[in-house]
This record gives sequence, structure tokens and C-alpha cells, in this order.
Amino acid sequence: MYLTDTDLQAIWLTLRLAGITTLILLLIGTPIAWGLARCRAWWKGPLGAVVALPLVLPPSVLGFSLLLAMGPNGPVGQFTESLGIGTLPFTFWGLVVASVFYSLPFMVQPLQGAFEAIGERPLEVAATLRASPLDTFFTVAVPLALPGFITAGILTFAHTVGEFGVVLMIGGNIPGVTRVASVQIYDHVEAMEYMDAHRLAGVMLAFSFLVLLAMYVWRPGARKGG
Amino acid sequence: MPEIAARFKLDWPGFSLDVDLNLPGKGVTALFGHSGSGKTTLLRCIAGLERPAHGRLVFNDRTWQDAGTWLPTHRRPIGYVFQEASLFPHLSVLGNLEYGRQRSAGTARVALDQAVALLGIDHLLQRKPDSLSGGERQRVGIARALAVSPEILLMDEPLAALDLKRKQEILPYLERLHDQLDIPVIYVSHAPDEVARLADHLVVLDAGRVITAGPLAETLARIDLPIRLGEDVGVVLEATVDHIDETWQLMRVTFPGGSLWTRARDLPPGRRVRVRVLARDVSLAIDEPGPSSIQNILPATVDAVGPDEHPGLLLVRVALGESRLVARLTRRSAEQLGIVAGRPVHVQVKSVALME
Repeated sequence: MYLTDTDLQAIWLTLRLAGITTLILLLIGTPIAWGLARCRAWWKGPLGAVVALPLVLPPSVLGFSLLLAMGPNGPVGQFTESLGIGTLPFTFWGLVVASVFYSLPFMVQPLQGAFEAIGERPLEVAATLRASPLDTFFTVAVPLALPGFITAGILTFAHTVGEFGVVLMIGGNIPGVTRVASVQIYDHVEAMEYMDAHRLAGVMLAFSFLVLLAMYVWRPGARKGG
Repeated sequence: MPEIAARFKLDWPGFSLDVDLNLPGKGVTALFGHSGSGKTTLLRCIAGLERPAHGRLVFNDRTWQDAGTWLPTHRRPIGYVFQEASLFPHLSVLGNLEYGRQRSAGTARVALDQAVALLGIDHLLQRKPDSLSGGERQRVGIARALAVSPEILLMDEPLAALDLKRKQEILPYLERLHDQLDIPVIYVSHAPDEVARLADHLVVLDAGRVITAGPLAETLARIDLPIRLGEDVGVVLEATVDHIDETWQLMRVTFPGGSLWTRARDLPPGRRVRVRVLARDVSLAIDEPGPSSIQNILPATVDAVGPDEHPGLLLVRVALGESRLVARLTRRSAEQLGIVAGRPVHVQVKSVALME
């Protein structure tokens, strides 16, 4: 076999992490993006800045903050312990929480752009055709923003696959639990297993390229002009 | 008994709207004015697309807006036609029509079928909006607004985004609406010819204020309005075809107070028609003119004289029985002819436009 069992385990864990993170962010990011696109309230600026923070913050800073918050003395940690599920750092779900924060702008920003591009008119038309605002959201805004959803989903998934610093801070390096592909490569390099590192790195490179290629070649929004 | 009572007060930077109107509950009411006059904003207030801080809107004894009352757009029994058809691009033509119909409680399918037939779009139902021409799109937009069985139809310059050819394509459908629809229509337009063809009632707006409102013929014949119509100053007469001269291919239409000859059309005697006479096509003579190329010469009495846009011109309104015509004269010729109210004159009408 080309890849070792631990490599496959790491890849499977990575895909699971990215898949779950993307699903959660679809649910969280959509209302945030809609709010940012539609509202003119004072909190729009601050919220937009907070959402974009992970783009510029070093992953170690984000990871460190989350580690403290989710640790036994942090507010999140005390909350999760009171629920009887222990603390989240160094668990798979701890990684999921961290990834949700880390990849938030990759979901919200394309969606916000797609919602803004729809403009006011189709929503007004829907209102004159008896559709309530919620009805309008699902039957007009979501279908018209579909290319944005696809872009946001792909970017979020791919970005989560590529994370490293945050994982290391929050998840550590526990095989089958938190050791994702990027950490596995780091391990191979540390152990001077360069051939193994090469193989896994090659898989990651091919994956990333194909995902981005798919996104750039297939653009459903491109032909819809009017 | 007015059916629509609307009062709105709205202040935006650089624009304010302050209107208090009673509109008839039947026929076509045109909201007419130049761009920036507030006609579209007024229509959007009626639809609930704008929410002025101070407003009151009562439609058929139901309050849509008042202090403490606000009926959102999707609960108002309106149909709305936007300037650009604004069809949903992700739905077929039929999908667009069904969208509103499905959400209209208790609406029979009849409305949709009637709308499709009225606008002549049955051959387009399976198409996607981006494969339609501009004119076809707007016809679908109108049908979509009718398919919800509205109690009032609001139209925001439905022809303004179309070129002349497309306009000519849609106007007959709009005239059909005018004849067959039994709900009130509020039609926003800045085009005098559309207003002359379609409206029964006219509201003239300028800078967010109502300048005048009233029945079309009466309002168009007012010569004291500060609105600039340029070459479009003129009146509209409700007339009846009463004689067709096969030899000369001419047709005589009679209105209360006189009759006019015009080119023959394929219309039976007795048919009601609308005739538009522009002020620039009307001239006045004191004595009965001798032989002239102008076929329509009618006795009349000067009714009122008013200023025109150019200081060298005057608008003169003349009475023929209960009908009124407006003539555009130079100030000098009015002086030389001694045109004053009460003076008997002969009206020469150079051309008339017939609108079925």
C-alpha cells in the first residue's frame, strides 16, 4: 500500500473534521451572512470585523485563546464540565469548535457577497407575491445565492483540511482523535520519514488543487447574467 | 365615494413627499410627473415597500397603514408590476406565475389562466426568463401580478425600460387590461402619450406634492398647471365613430360639442374611441376661414387664456359644447386676433390621434 494505516486514519479524520465543520458553519454562517448583507444597523461593522479576525490572527493566538476558554478554568470549559462532558481541548469535538471559529470567514464572506449581489428587487417582488420574509429567504434568496453556497462550502471544507496551527494548540497530536493529515505530515518530518511525508504531502497537494480547479472551472453563476 | 384614501409624509435627504389623496376605486389612475416628482415613491408607499413615518392608507374601508397599524406588503391584496419585469431567474415563466398564485389564499386557478390569455403568453410558459425578449418579459411580469387575483393593480412605469417597438407591442395588452379588468389600476408614468391612452383619472405630481388630481379630460384641459409638457400639451376627448366615408377613406368621430374627421380605421360605427388633440395642432381664426387644406374647422368660444413655457407663446382653451380643446398660439397672434375669454372663434384642427 502506498500510504500507511496511520496516514489513512489521519486522512479520514481530516475529512470528517472538515465535513462536520462545513455543515455546522452552513447553519451558523448563513444567518450571520444574511444579517451582514441585509442590515444597516450599527453592529454590522463590528460583527463583520469579528467574523474576519481569523483571516489575520495567527492561528496560535486563536488556538491559545480557545484553549484557555475551553480549559477547566475557562468559561466554556466550566460550562461543558457542568454538562458532564468534560473539557473539549484534546478531543475531536474540541477540534470541531476550533475549526468553526477558524473557518468562519470562509463561509460568511462568500455568502454575504452572494446575498448582497441579489439586491433588493427580487425580495420586494416576492413580497408583492404574498411571500413572507422567511418564505422569501428559502424560495428566492437561497436559490439565487446557490453559487455562493457552493463556493463557501468548498472554501470552508478546503480551508479546514489545511489548518495546522490551531489543531496543534487545541488538539495536540492524538492518533485517531486529533491527529489530522497536516499534523501527520509534521510528525513524519520530525521523525525524518521524508518519503512518508512526501507521499502524504502529495495527496494533500493533489486534493487542494483539484478542489480549487473544480471551483474555478465550474462556475454556475457565470452564465446567469440577466 | 372614494375607495382609496392615502396620506403620506416622508422626508429623505434631498426629497420629501407630502400627499393627501382620494383615488377612485375603479378605472385607471395615472400618477404622472417628471422623474424625481415622487410618483414611484408614492406607489411604493401604497404597496408597503416604503414605510413613511407618517401615513394613513385606507383601501375599501380596510386600514393598511395608520398610527399603530401596519400591514406588510405580503399581506396587502395588491398586484405590482415593476419597471423592469424582475422575473425570478431561477424559475420558468410558469414557475414565476405559480409563485404568487400558490401563496394567494382562496384564489382560483382561473386568475392565472385569464392572466395568461389576456397577455397572450401561453406559448412561453415553459421558457426561462433569460430566453425572453424585453417585451415578453414585461408581459409575463404583468400576468404574474394578475395571477394573485389582486384587488388593486399597481404598475410602476411598465413600459419605461422598453424601446419604442416593444412599447407598441405591449400597449394593446394594457388597453385590453383597461377594458376588461374590473379592479382599480394605479399606473405610474412620465409619458404623456401613455397617460392619454390608458388613464381615466389623472394625478399630477411635482417635487413630492400633488399639483392636481381629477378626471383625465378635465385635468388635461387645465392650462394653469406649472408642469412642463412641451410638445405634449393637449386634450383627450371621449368620442364615438359615427360615419365612415369609403370614397375618401375618412372616418368621422363625434364628441359632445362637435365632430372631427380622421383617417379611416377598421372600426364599426358606434365604437367608442379616445381622440387626442395636441395644442400645437390647433389654430384659431376669427372669421370662418376660406378654402383650406385643413378639414376640421369647428365653431367655438374662447374659455380661458394662460401662459405657456415660452414667453412668446400662450395656451388658449376653447369650449365646444361641453368639450374643451387647447390651442398653442404666439402671444403676438393672440394680441392681433383679440383673443379674450368669451370671444367666438373658429378652431382649425390639423391632426388628431385616435386611440382605440
